[in-house]
Amino acid sequence: MKVLDILDKLGLELVSGKSGLDREITGGYVSDLLSDVMGNSKEGQVWVTLQTHKNVMAIASLKDLAAVILVNGFKPDDDMAKQSEEEGVPVLRTKERTYEIAGKLYELLK
Amino acid sequence: MHFEFDIEAGDFSKVGYASSQLKKIMKQLVGDHKIVKRVVVALYEAEVNVVAHAYSGKVIIDINTDKIEIKVNDKGPGIPDIQLAMQEGYSTASEQVREMGFGAGMGLANIKNNTDEFYIKSEVGVGTSLTIIANLITE
Repeated sequence: MKVLDILDKLGLELVSGKSGLDREITGGYVSDLLSDVMGNSKEGQVWVTLQTHKNVMAIASLKDLAAVILVNGFKPDDDMAKQSEEEGVPVLRTKERTYEIAGKLYELLK
Repeated sequence: MHFEFDIEAGDFSKVGYASSQLKKIMKQLVGDHKIVKRVVVALYEAEVNVVAHAYSGKVIIDINTDKIEIKVNDKGPGIPDIQLAMQEGYSTASEQVREMGFGAGMGLANIKNNTDEFYIKSEVGVGTSLTIIANLITE
């Protein structure tokens, strides 16, 4: 499954990083602790978080994550969106809470 | 190959610059190797530590055919009890740093778990020096 597919199926809004929509998804990771994601996420996972600053993209890029989903209707800071464009790692957003969107993502990917 | 990067303390917008550069260099040298992923995690965490705790820092990278050696030296308050600092979950990070999702007390453990050799020296009131070594040849 590609990032473009979950965009459709989960009704997400694409904020930035359009060039990465064909990235392949291997799973998901849910955390707001950056060191946790740094230590435990795996390549190709979609990262669900409420963190909206630039360092999210540094980690997503270093770990080769497929995309970032921001919850609760949050928007990325300008420099986060900019880095998402530069790195080609999409930032998607949803109005839903972490619990709901993670559940739907899990159902979709299992 | 030898590279050096300066780290500006307190500026979180630049965290990850050295690790991102290292990733690009390593990908060209050895391709999509597991060791690249590991060593980049270790360096990122070391960068975060300098930005969050020290006054200034320097990253020195030496890449040889058999191993990569990274030194991260900072001028800063130092670590009074290294054993305690190495414990997962222990952190002295500020509230502001924690709100960003850093300061969970996992950084040094992440560094140790992602390298083959890890040495840390610290002097209170002077600074902290890390040496990170990853072997490029595993067999």
